[in-house]
Parts: sequence; structure tokens; C-alpha cells
Amino acid sequence: MDFPLFHLDFMGNRMLVAVIAIIHVLINHALAVGFMPLVTLMEFRGYVKSKSNPGEGREWDEMARKLLFIAFIITTTAGALTGVGIWFAASLANPASLGSLIRVFYFAWFTEWIVFVLEVIFIMVYFLTWKKASESGRNKKRHILFGVWLSIFSWLTMAIIVAILGFMMDPGSWAEQKSLFSGFTNPLYLPQLIFRTPVAMMMAGTVALMISAYVLKKNNPWKPKILQHISFWILLWMPLAAAGAFLYYWHIPRAMIGNLPVALGTQQFQDWYSSLVIVALVVTAIGFTIGILGTIAPRRLPKHLLVIPVIASLVFLGTFERLREFIRKPYVIGEYMYANGLLVEEYPLYQQTGILKHTPYSAVSEITDENKIVAGEAVFTIACSRCHTTHGISSVVRKFERMYASREPLDTEAMKTYMKAMHNVRHYMPPFPGNDAELDALAAFVAHQQKRPRKLDGPQLRGVDVKDIEYEFQNSAK
Amino acid sequence: MIVALINQIPVPKDIPLPLPLPEWLLVAILIFSFLLHILFINLIIGGSILTFWYEIKGKKNKDFDTLAREIAATITVNKSLAIVLGVAPLLSINVLYTIYFYSANALTGNIWISIVPWVAVAFLLFYLHKYSWDRLADNKPVHLGILGIGIFSFLLIPFIFLTNINLMLFPEKWGEVKGFFDALTLPNVFPRYFHFITASMAITGLFLAWWFGRKGFDAGSVFRTLSKNWIKKQMLSITLVATGMQFIFGPLLFLTLPSQGISWSLFWVIIAGVTLAVILLVQLWKLINDEGPLTGRRFYAVLGLFAVLVAFMGTGRHIYRENALKTHKQMMAERTAAHWEAVRLAHENLLFPQETAEEGTDAMGQNLFQTNCAVCHAASTRLVGPPMAEIAPLYKNNLEQLKQWIKEPGRKRMDYPAMAGFAHFSDVQLTEVAEYMLQEQWNN
Repeated sequence: MDFPLFHLDFMGNRMLVAVIAIIHVLINHALAVGFMPLVTLMEFRGYVKSKSNPGEGREWDEMARKLLFIAFIITTTAGALTGVGIWFAASLANPASLGSLIRVFYFAWFTEWIVFVLEVIFIMVYFLTWKKASESGRNKKRHILFGVWLSIFSWLTMAIIVAILGFMMDPGSWAEQKSLFSGFTNPLYLPQLIFRTPVAMMMAGTVALMISAYVLKKNNPWKPKILQHISFWILLWMPLAAAGAFLYYWHIPRAMIGNLPVALGTQQFQDWYSSLVIVALVVTAIGFTIGILGTIAPRRLPKHLLVIPVIASLVFLGTFERLREFIRKPYVIGEYMYANGLLVEEYPLYQQTGILKHTPYSAVSEITDENKIVAGEAVFTIACSRCHTTHGISSVVRKFERMYASREPLDTEAMKTYMKAMHNVRHYMPPFPGNDAELDALAAFVAHQQKRPRKLDGPQLRGVDVKDIEYEFQNSAK
Repeated sequence: MIVALINQIPVPKDIPLPLPLPEWLLVAILIFSFLLHILFINLIIGGSILTFWYEIKGKKNKDFDTLAREIAATITVNKSLAIVLGVAPLLSINVLYTIYFYSANALTGNIWISIVPWVAVAFLLFYLHKYSWDRLADNKPVHLGILGIGIFSFLLIPFIFLTNINLMLFPEKWGEVKGFFDALTLPNVFPRYFHFITASMAITGLFLAWWFGRKGFDAGSVFRTLSKNWIKKQMLSITLVATGMQFIFGPLLFLTLPSQGISWSLFWVIIAGVTLAVILLVQLWKLINDEGPLTGRRFYAVLGLFAVLVAFMGTGRHIYRENALKTHKQMMAERTAAHWEAVRLAHENLLFPQETAEEGTDAMGQNLFQTNCAVCHAASTRLVGPPMAEIAPLYKNNLEQLKQWIKEPGRKRMDYPAMAGFAHFSDVQLTEVAEYMLQEQWNN
């Protein structure tokens, strides 16, 4: 509407955000939030052991340092960049929503930024002074303390961002308060945090276990002990992760009552919701198996299969992230802005006068028989393209074909009836924002796309149409 | 009441939420945090170029290889700081210039988003270069190749930022550019670029002069022949030459600026900056020829001059931006106000009073059917769900069962998608809609 709308017609904009965000969350949870306490703990074990057995202590210390090295390299490159990347991608996918969120959450993000700066400084000091700190016992103690601080700050960055995420899902708080505080008091905040913390610890354990199994030489006498220690770490966090998952799982539908009164009735949600249980059970089983095996018989751990728990825990977190995205719909900001970036408050105007008149980024204002398809394309871009593509992921043509269970030419009248009231029966869909002529053009565009498939390039490739907009304004006296 | 007609300049509406802080404060945060961010960016770019240069020289003289390695060690730290310090200006520009910045981003979106993987890979290359120094000591072409690709990336990535930040200033161009490369060739991107790269060399020279001149650094134990004084002269000379070259790139930049943003205040700020630059050059020259340790009074004077110079240039940049966007911002504010007035009228049904009279039919069941059931069920054809002509007879004389199904449907037909339930309907609504379904003649 008010921005040229970046559009990826194959993968879809949301997939772009999802890919970057998932990579970031995985790196953040597995290699920062959960990893730093584990590395610090291992360093501490090495320090304690070095008093009775310097050889063993050195091995522990060296393994901890190598783990940190890997985490350091990945978090300061891919981790940091995907963090910024979420912003970049989100502002491309839904500029109106990110633009609004930043205005309200400026302080939250600013605080987050300060914590983040400290985290980066801590990790650099922690990693870069490791070798030097081993020279004396006092330095070592101070170094371990740095590890503790780093762990705390890694966790804090997550704790703040979870509040922002919680806020975005909570319908009431935006409209009433527009402050971060309600993000912390959000009913999903604690369940999310209680879920994420042990899951991060567990994920870090699976990654560390896999890396250690490969890095430590077979003939290293301390290898079984180190693997055992990490396995025990996984085993320890496993029940908490499972309990956290259950708590979160239990809270989701209850927290949703505000914005999706009947979401439980929709098939899609039901599918997601029940897949959670299965994923959670499978992952927990794998985690327990590896944890118990590694704790009892570390020598028996199958080195090449250790990638399985890593992947399992990634799937575990990924499923929950996907669900979190789903329950937000049809809004992108609860009860304030729909997923298409249009404000709830603006809807009456758009539905009465049409949307095309109000956007500078379409050549069409009035729909005629000649420009119907072009107009339909513009309507599609504004009303649908934030979530749907023409023929790619979440293809609008395929959605209709599947719904009518046929590949016959789509019936425009039926599509119009559907789109006009779809929000009543598909609660994750926002209402159609335009007027009847635009609805007609949109249906014609979809039918045309089915008949003559043609990729819809975004403005990043073909530019935007710009039109004159006539507007009236009064002096501020009004 | 005035009717304004705008010619081919997109006038969108602004985000209807207040700024989180007074505008002047946000501007101050933006300028300050941006300069801090760009300082470290300068150090990465300048540092990596110098590393490359000295590593090549190091093939003949081992000391230069050591020097290159020392410089490389600073890059990986500076780059982490550059990234985290970039977040604050990013936040601030997002808030202050939401419409402009996001529009420019969208118009160059594919290249813009490629920054994310590209910078990540470039950083990984720098780590690879740093940690493979010993292992690849005998294979310098590969080692230098790794660095070369990293530098190549770092030299190209600024183009993406400059293109965006330039494009956002000129809404009248938004309808013309077709993708990134179009936007890249708008006037002023290239002069800005050279101005920036040269500044990177100047800043890096100064930083390295301090880095190798600091008290804790023992040149004797690191280098065989290079002395502290030699390094100091070398690094400060880089700063001197680069700053001198800005007297070419600076005017070039100024002359290619589209005139719409140039004002007297901008002119005076720049003149003041240029004056400072002249003083700076003289002081730098004296500093280079000073014998003895670097960190004396003159060094801090040079640092101070640089800080003030950079602050002037940063302010000039902001003044230009504000001037360039002033008219457009005003038009946008007016349009936004007009829009919200229209929204208000729409809420009160004042836009099209005649159309509101249509309502008032009291057929509740029919209404409910049209806005809910008809989405999926037609009279006699299959849509998402089966036709009514097929359903209605099944529930003849069985209103309660139909109500129950509507409320909590199961799934009978596996070739259809499952039906959504209407648990939120009241009993009256369920009765009304079910009665309507059973009474209506569906076959005609």
C-alpha cells in the first residue's frame, strides 16, 4: 500500500524471513544461550581437575576451548548476520508491520542492543584471552567468571526478545498499552522462556557431544569421561525441556482465546497442534536414549549417529516456531494490523472506496474491462502477496484448485463468494480489504493466472508503477 | 481546502504512530551511532587492504608478513564491533525514515538481502585467513587468494548500502529505477563511494599508528628490523595522503549532489569541515616529522581534529538528507492527515451515505448463510464443500442434528477438505441458519 512491495514469487516472502530467522534462532539457542554455560562448566571442571591431575585438567580445558572456538566463529559471523538479517528480511516482507513495531519497541530493541554489545564484548574477551588466562590460577578464575557473565548476557538477550515476540502475539496489549512491560506480563512469556531455556541447554549439549566425539582422538584416555559429562548434561536438561514443551503446548490455545476464538476448530491448527505432541515425544525419546547411553556407557556412543539428536532438537524448536507464527494470524500485530500490512482501522475506508485509489504504487485507480487483469495483479500485490505467491510456495492458484478439488478452470463467481467472507470460516485469513470491483478483478487475475501462468516479479526486478494521487487536506485547524 | 496534484512522485502515507523519542534526540543518536559504526567499518576495509599489501611485501621480508599478521588480528575484532554497533543506527534510521528507507530497500531488495549471506561468508573468509596463516605459510597464493575474495566482498558491499541510502533521498526516482543496478547508476553513488574508501584508508592509518605506537607494544620482540618510528611514519603517511586525496573526492561529491538538498547551512558546515581538514593536514605533516614517541600532545590534537571533522561531515550529511526530503515529508504529512480524515468519515458511514440504506433485512438465517456457509457451499454445484441440494435432504426433519453438525462438524467425505466448525455461533444463530437451510429451495 504505502511501500513498493518486495515480492519473491517462488519462495514467498515469509519463507525468506523464516529461513533466516530459523537459522538465527538455532545458532542463538544451540551455540550461545545453551553453549556458553556448558563451555564455562567444562572449563571449570578442567580447572578443578588440574589441581589433582594436570594432564586431565588440560584435556578438559582444551576441549572447552575448541568448543568455544567453533561457537565463536559461527556466532560472530552467521549468527550475528542472520540476527540483522531478520530485520532486513522482515522489513522487506512486511515493511508496514516492522515500521510500526520499531516505533513502539524502540526502547526494547535499544536495551536489547546494549545487552547484545556487552555479550559480544564478553565473548571476545572470553575467547581471545583464553590461552593467556591459563598462565596463572588467579587469571583462570577471573576467566571462568567471564564465562559466567557471558552466559548470563547470552540468556538475557533471549529473555528480552521473547518478550517482544510474546507481545506481538498478544492481541490486547498493543491496543491498550503499547509498552514493552506488557510483553513481560504476557501469558505466553513465561511458558516460552521456560520452554526455550532448557531446550537451548539440551541443544547445546547435543551439538557439543557431536563435536567432541569427532574432535577428541580415539586414544585420548579422557575422551569417555568428557563424553559422559556432556551426555549427563543433556540428560539433566531433558526432563526440563520436555516439561517446558508441555507447559508451552498447554498454554498456547489458552493464550489464543483472545484473538482466535474458534481457531481450535480449524483443521490446519489442529494438525499443527497435534503434530507438536508427536514431535515432542520423538525428540524426548531420542534425547533420553542418547543421554542415558552416554552417561552409562560413553564408549558405546555411535559417533556418526550423534548428528541425529542435533537434527531432532532443531526440528523440535522449529515446530514450535512455526506454530508461534501460525497462531498470530490473521494479524501481524494483534488486532491492530492484518497480515497484509493494512490496519484494522483503515478497513472501512478501503472496503468502501477500494484500495487501489489509495496506493501510489499502482497505475490503476478505476477498474475497467481493459485493465481488469492489471488491476487484479495490483490488488493481489497489496492484499495477498505478503503471504501468497502466484505459483510458488503458498500459491494462490493451487490453494483454490485444491479447495475445489479440481484442476478445471476456476469459477470466478465462486472465488468471489469465497474471498468476500473467507475470514468468517478461515480464521487465519484477514478479510478482503477492497471493494467489489477489486474483488472481481482479483478473481479474474487468479483465473487468468491459472489459464496463463506467468511469474509475478517484484519491484526489485521490474520497478514500480507510480501514479498521481489526488488528495484533499484541511489546515490543521480541523 | 486545497486540492493538490502530484506529478509522478509517489506520496505514500506515513506510519500513524508517534516517534518514540523527540526527533532531535533520535537524530543525535542516529548521527553519533552511525559515525561509531562507520569508524569500525573503515577499520575493517582499510585494515584488510593493508594486510593484503604487507603480506605481499612479506614474501621478501619476513617482517612485513608479521606486520600483516598483526593488522589481520585487529580486523576480526573490529568486524564484530562494526556489526553490533551497526544495530543502533539501523534502528534509528528505521524509525526516522521508515517510509524512505524501506521503499529504497524494497526497490533493490534482492541485492539488499544478499548482504546477509555475503557479509557472513566474507567474515568466515577472514577467520579462515587468520587461522590458516601458519598452515598456508608455504602456499601464499592460496592464503592471499582467501583474503583477496574477502577484500573484494568488502569493497563491493558498501555499494549496496550507498545505493540504498542514496535512493531513499529521491522519491521522484522510485518510479524510474528497475532494480539495484539502475539505482546504482544514479548520480552521486560513485563519488560517495570513493570518498568513503579514501576515508577508510585515512582512519585506518591513524588507528594503526596508535596501535603499533602504544606503550604496551614491544616492536623489538615482534619485528627484526622494523622500528616503532618507521611504522608510525608509514601509517601516518597513509593518513596524510588519503586525507589529501579527499580534496579531490570531496569536491567531486559535492558537485554531483543533486541540487535539491543543497542549502547555505550545508555549504557553511562543509566549508568549516574543509578548513579543519587543511589544519589537520598541516598538523599531520608535523606529527610525521616529530621524532620520538607518537602519543604526545600533537597526536591528541590530531585525534580531536579528526573527531570534529567527522562530526561536521556527519552533520552535513544529515542536513543534506533533511533538505532533500523536506518537501516530500511535508506532502506525506498532508496526505496522511487527509487519509485519516477519510478513515474517520468511512467509520461514520459518511462517504457513501446512500449505500448504507441497503441493509436492514431481518432475515438473520439468510444473512448468516451468505456470510459463512456460502463461502463453501453453493446451491447445486460443488465448491469447497458439497452443494446444498445434496445436503439439505439429508437433514430433512432433523434440525437438531444439522445444528450439531454445524457447531462441531466431523468428516464424512474424504474427497473434500474438512469443514470448519462454528462453535462461536449462539443457539439462536444455529437455529436460524439451520432453519433457513432446510426451508430454502436449493434445486432451482
